[in-house]
Amino acid sequence: MKVNGTYMELTKRMTVGGLLEEQGYNRLRVAVEKNGEIIPKAEYDSAFLSEADELEIVSFVGGG
Amino acid sequence: MEDKLIIGGHEFQSRFILGSGKFSLEMTDAVIKNGGVEMATLALRRANSGKEENILDYMPEGITLLPNTSGARNAEEALRIARLSRELGCGDFVKVEVIRDSKYLLPDNYETIKATELMAKEGFIVMPYMYPDLNVARDLYNAGAAAIMPLGAPIGTNKGLLTKDFIKILVEEIDLPIVVDAGIGRPSQACEAMEIGVDAVMANTAVATAKDIPLMATAFKLAIEAGRAAYLAGLGRILEHKAEASSPLTGFLRD
Repeated sequence: MKVNGTYMELTKRMTVGGLLEEQGYNRLRVAVEKNGEIIPKAEYDSAFLSEADELEIVSFVGGG
Repeated sequence: MEDKLIIGGHEFQSRFILGSGKFSLEMTDAVIKNGGVEMATLALRRANSGKEENILDYMPEGITLLPNTSGARNAEEALRIARLSRELGCGDFVKVEVIRDSKYLLPDNYETIKATELMAKEGFIVMPYMYPDLNVARDLYNAGAAAIMPLGAPIGTNKGLLTKDFIKILVEEIDLPIVVDAGIGRPSQACEAMEIGVDAVMANTAVATAKDIPLMATAFKLAIEAGRAAYLAGLGRILEHKAEASSPLTGFLRD
């Protein structure tokens, strides 16, 4: 599985919400895209991950 | 007198749009308060794991957030960033920024028009950053832009209103709010832009690279207000090749 461009091994059955929790992301402050599709926050805990998935986890930073 | 800035149906008292880059998160609140800022831009980037501080936690209540699409090299990438930004739950505003020139960071007007059209169709309130070209401004209007953001000078240069005459043309011809964005380096330049009739000024680097950042935010606020008042008042005329006394030409103490 790829997360923000970096390979990551998927060691167990896990949801998007589970991954965010495990990796220490604040789910209220991130948006998630899986294979090019945005995952709504309401689906974080029902969207299961697979080894072939590519995730983008993004948040706001300062910028003009 | 009621003098509001209206963009996409939203009303603002302040005509100072702040770019939130290049200064510490702790300073955000003071800059926004001193500047009387009601709208501030943000950028979207890959998040870092670990519960680190987030800029949203430093934005005062009630501020309108204007996510930009920086990093986008074409319309499709800009749309993707806009959608992800909206997913973060901060409203429908988006500043389109499509750049494929990494030296001068000049906007790609053609891709910007395409992005504006795509986003407007999806219900975004679209504020495209653009090179001040009248034909492009008309295309952006037709594409559904809620405002246009012509540059004064290349991003981050603090060089001022190099494009003044071309922005004047936009003020005359385009029936949309005009926000001068990029390059404004001094309060006097922000004031100058407001005097010619633009609706708002955006600044970031000018504030962020000042010695006293919150005080510079105050200076920009005052300059933008002064320029707006001057525009509304109508500037006095210019007299060429002669002078005209301001004091009466009668009753002199002579003869």
